[in-house]
Amino acid sequence: MIYFNNVSKAYRDGLALDDVTLTIVAGEFVSIVGHSGAGKTTLTKMILADATPTEGTVLFESIDIHKLKSKELTKLRRRIGVVFQDFKLLQNKTAYENIAFAMEAVGKTDEEIASDVPHVLELVDLGHRLFHFPNQMSGGEQQRLAIARAIINQPEVIIADEPTGNLDPINTHEIVQILKKINDLGTTVILATHNRGVIDSINKRVITMENGKIIRDTKHNK
Amino acid sequence: MTELKRIIKAGFINFTRGGLISFAAVLIVTITLSFITSIILLQTVLYSSLNIIKDKVDVTIYFTVGASEDQIMLFKSSLEKLPEVANVSYVSAEENLKSFRERHANDYSTIAALDEIGSNPLGAYLNIKAKEISQYENIANFMKSDNELVVGSASIIDKVNYYQNKIVIDRLNSIISGAQKLGFLITLILVFISIIITFNTIRLTIFIAREEIGVMRLVGASKMRVRGPFMIEGAIYGIIATFVTLLLFWPATVWLGRNMTSFLGFDIYDYYITNILQIFAIVILSGILLGVISSFLAVRKYLNK
Repeated sequence: MIYFNNVSKAYRDGLALDDVTLTIVAGEFVSIVGHSGAGKTTLTKMILADATPTEGTVLFESIDIHKLKSKELTKLRRRIGVVFQDFKLLQNKTAYENIAFAMEAVGKTDEEIASDVPHVLELVDLGHRLFHFPNQMSGGEQQRLAIARAIINQPEVIIADEPTGNLDPINTHEIVQILKKINDLGTTVILATHNRGVIDSINKRVITMENGKIIRDTKHNK
Repeated sequence: MTELKRIIKAGFINFTRGGLISFAAVLIVTITLSFITSIILLQTVLYSSLNIIKDKVDVTIYFTVGASEDQIMLFKSSLEKLPEVANVSYVSAEENLKSFRERHANDYSTIAALDEIGSNPLGAYLNIKAKEISQYENIANFMKSDNELVVGSASIIDKVNYYQNKIVIDRLNSIISGAQKLGFLITLILVFISIIITFNTIRLTIFIAREEIGVMRLVGASKMRVRGPFMIEGAIYGIIATFVTLLLFWPATVWLGRNMTSFLGFDIYDYYITNILQIFAIVILSGILLGVISSFLAVRKYLNK
């Protein structure tokens, strides 16, 4: 479903990705591990066209992501849900409006929004936080809200970049469980993290990166 | 349609939640619009005082004593046909004498001398007003030309005071056109400066939201869906600032009208009230355009993909 063909990315201070070739199949749960600066974030940014490769191509199905025009890119992004370490919620919008905004973006009707938003917030256990602003919520709650926003439009892929980086172990566990549940329902999940414990608890395919290269790609075995 | 409704609604919500930032933006736009309103009023003051001065300039043609009224009237009608001429007024020899006597009513020796002569020593004259000061030259040239009518009248023309007033008229003409050019230039510069200030303020409000703009794009919002609410917000700044500005100018013009009318030569409050609709139209249009265009440009910077 997602193909990296000999992708390299050079920044001024060196290579963030070094000749990466990688295939991710639909329905997979792929964890990408490595130290900070190993290239995990750059890899996920490539899929969103938030970063452009210096060399090589990134394909989503048969589409070359980096050759898309702005309008087509907008359409592609609607097929991908994103969760970030720093949540990236819209601070001046309530929990309800944050989700509604993502639905409006894909052209859902007011009726669909009114019925689906409370439902998805209930799903991530935020049913009581509908009209709170992000800064009135805890880190765990904000991340769950971000996940709710990522899944509301039933994307084919969820990209989670260090989603547990700012959370305590209990919240981390909750987030991982939610991601697993999403994957069980058929959505491809790409999780970038430097937390070994998180990967151990998932027990799925793990890609290990170092200095912009993939040094190991295994189905995780305890 | 729903898209538009949502954009407008989001714009209003952003404005009300913006709090202090929205307030600051409205304040800055208000200052800009006050500038524009002051300039409208100042231009009016400038033009009206220039008009008063212009009105005092004229050219008089004095006729010889005994020139026939028919000939003078023929000459008058040919002058009136000139496109540069605004109006020509005729003062007959008798009227001239009458006003001369009134002017010198206390000057016994002059009156006595007049009585001594017995007949009227004064001729008739024509008073010409041009539409523009610069056109007196053309009118004077016309009278010098060998136009048939002029040639026929040459014998009855005693003197034309244009040549005596020429230096004054020329100088006044250059002062007036200079004042108008300078006024226009200052207007342009002030408007330009205030537009830059407003643009930067709005850019600052959007700078605060730059991360959100990126997030909105990553969530899959179209460019218009991201940009639209900011543009609506900009329009709201403009609309509110317009009302604040016009409200502030009301007591200001009342005061000016009360204290400056005799100095300016017209009542500025009267002008403000009778032209309030046009002023409103200019100010609100400037306000909305300023807000919308500034927002449009400022968001563009963060919208690259």
